[in-house]
Amino acid sequence: MSKLFALIGNQNCGKTTLFNRLTGSNQHVGNFPGVTVEKKEGAIRKQKDCVVVDLPGIYSLSPYTSEEIVTRDFLIKDKPDAVINIVDATNIERNLYLTLQLMELDIPVIIALNMMDEVRQSGNSIDVLQLEEELTIPIVPISASKNEGVDELIERAVKVAQKHQKPKRLDFCTGEVHKAIHSVMHLIEDKARNIGYTPRFAATKLIDDDEFIIDLLKLDEDEMDTIEHIITQMEKNLKTDRQAALADMRYNYIEKICSKAVEKKNVLKEKARSEKIDRILTSKVLAIPIFLCIMFLIFWLTFGLIGPVLSDLLTLGIDAAVGGLSTLLTDMGVSYWMYSLVIDGICTGVGSVLSFLPTITLLFFFLSMLEDSGYMARVAFVMDKLLRKIGLSGRSFVPMLIGFGCSVPAIMATRTLASERDRKMTIILTPFMSCSAKLPIYSIFTAAFFPKNAAVVMITLYVLGIVVAILAGLLLKKTVFRGNPIPFVMELPAYRLPTFKNTMLHMWDKAKDFIRKAFTVIFIAAIVIWFLQSFNWQFNWVEDSSQSILASIGSYIAPLFAPLGFGDWRASTALITGLTAKETVVSTFAVLFGTNSNLALQGALQSVFSPLSAFAFLCFTLLYMPCVAAFATSRRELGSTSTSLLTAAFQTGVAWVVALIVFQAGTLLGF
Amino acid sequence: MTLDQLQTGRTAVIDFVGGQGALRRRLLDMGLTPNTLIKVIKVAPFGDPVELQLRGYELTLRKDEAAKITVTEMHE
Repeated sequence: MSKLFALIGNQNCGKTTLFNRLTGSNQHVGNFPGVTVEKKEGAIRKQKDCVVVDLPGIYSLSPYTSEEIVTRDFLIKDKPDAVINIVDATNIERNLYLTLQLMELDIPVIIALNMMDEVRQSGNSIDVLQLEEELTIPIVPISASKNEGVDELIERAVKVAQKHQKPKRLDFCTGEVHKAIHSVMHLIEDKARNIGYTPRFAATKLIDDDEFIIDLLKLDEDEMDTIEHIITQMEKNLKTDRQAALADMRYNYIEKICSKAVEKKNVLKEKARSEKIDRILTSKVLAIPIFLCIMFLIFWLTFGLIGPVLSDLLTLGIDAAVGGLSTLLTDMGVSYWMYSLVIDGICTGVGSVLSFLPTITLLFFFLSMLEDSGYMARVAFVMDKLLRKIGLSGRSFVPMLIGFGCSVPAIMATRTLASERDRKMTIILTPFMSCSAKLPIYSIFTAAFFPKNAAVVMITLYVLGIVVAILAGLLLKKTVFRGNPIPFVMELPAYRLPTFKNTMLHMWDKAKDFIRKAFTVIFIAAIVIWFLQSFNWQFNWVEDSSQSILASIGSYIAPLFAPLGFGDWRASTALITGLTAKETVVSTFAVLFGTNSNLALQGALQSVFSPLSAFAFLCFTLLYMPCVAAFATSRRELGSTSTSLLTAAFQTGVAWVVALIVFQAGTLLGF
Repeated sequence: MTLDQLQTGRTAVIDFVGGQGALRRRLLDMGLTPNTLIKVIKVAPFGDPVELQLRGYELTLRKDEAAKITVTEMHE
């Protein structure tokens, strides 16, 4: 018989590691319906028909974040056969807070007590049997990172699911809270059961002022009044408010059982070590320089040392494959347009995007290490104050920084942001960071127009990107994303060595995602651009691309760019092809000018652009909507086509305005 | 006094957790309940947020949020 398990736990308690241990590489990643909260599921290894779903890392079941709502909905609607609740033994009090709420749902639960090895090594102990007896839940001590106890966990979890073994104790409340919960339970019992909630959970949530449940229960006015009366009575007697009373009740119970079962003699080794590391990594003087060094090292390894080698190898491979395909097509005697579609269209388009793959994979390798080691939380801690001014939190810093390398992994990295609002804003702002694919454009233009001040112009462009992101952030904060940002209440986990398996799985996940995109969205985009480039409006094949549909669209929209100083049809055409990948702008210019050397291309550009209009053009290329790969990523991460189209329109609009200001102000100033 | 006024390295007992809605619930869920011991570990390089220790783990809060928590300082 098939069994469904839910894996639930706090953030930073080793949940992903355990999930990877349970499933191996047999995972399926998607989103929960309607929201962009990640949903991972996989078959449990060596068990028949057992599926485990990795739910988001949460601290409570209150309905305040989409993660919490998703988790709750899943538990109630999908009715897993058992919940595997992972509890960090080194941080047991706060972790059990979620456990108590899970118990109220009246579904079979088993606790995976993780990091027990660390507790033992530090000379501390947890009496598992005692804890089991208190909580009436089976507990299996494990070490997910060392793969200890995982087999036993699986075995016992399956048993719990088969026997449908629910927690026996539900009553960890005392005194006034107990009285209130039971009175409310009695009142709403039928209505709660009708909507599939246990009376206990519904009653607690009603006392907790959970509007979600209040709406669901459809209570009449009398019932509402009675409940309100019960709660105010409790508040009066306890001299505290309802939310504090509930939190207090749970933590009191946890403290009580922990005082019996947990022996804490020494400070945990990992915590002591973390404190030492933090004395340097988050110190007043060294925090920023060290952070910059780490980021520099990552970029240097990715774009300087390893990336180019891998990219070249991949390009060689792609070229060989394309060469083979080309011979094959010629031998088969296909028509010239078919040949061109496959070779010039699909292979060139998808190939040029695929050559990013090593860069993206490498960046993810490093990002995943930063995240798993606990350093990412420190970066958020250090950088929070800077990003708050534009309505973001420190968590957005790293994704934005990755944007200087490539927008695709940067946008994917926003997954680590807890708040939906922060995430959307980061996705919109990140492409303003000048990505590495724009460098070839800068270099050809600076060589042609600013040979003496090339470095100054490049730095100006990078700074301009940052300034525009800040201004756009302020604008968004005042308009679309008004209202209170999600509070920045974040745990700083102890530093831990990332496990090789986790890092590799994470990397593989992202690479897979990108490859899938390359063969769907980018595949189609490449065909469309190829078609526009190769045919005229009569759908006749054109040899000279200046006669193509693309060129005519370019000419048609060219007047839009006239106020920006580059009304030439070749400029607008290059901007369109630049959407497949930004460096294509350069090759399009080369094709349209019919030049085949860098020097000739520079000369041709000088005949069309003035230094000022060239700079305005660079500003536009810096800021306008990112390439299809990045666009496809943001569409997926935003979870909506219309929002992502709006985002692209916003970015392009900003680019237009900035280039306009640059060109017009420059003209006025006599440049 | 409020938590944002507590000096680095000092410990206090939480008296009352203020704030509203999501923020308040979050603070309570994270274990900042009355009578809990809390210690200020450090302030971030730019002066905000602060790193705190409670219930055996480390938490970071912005000063604005810390200002909503009333505490009594412990003297050795």
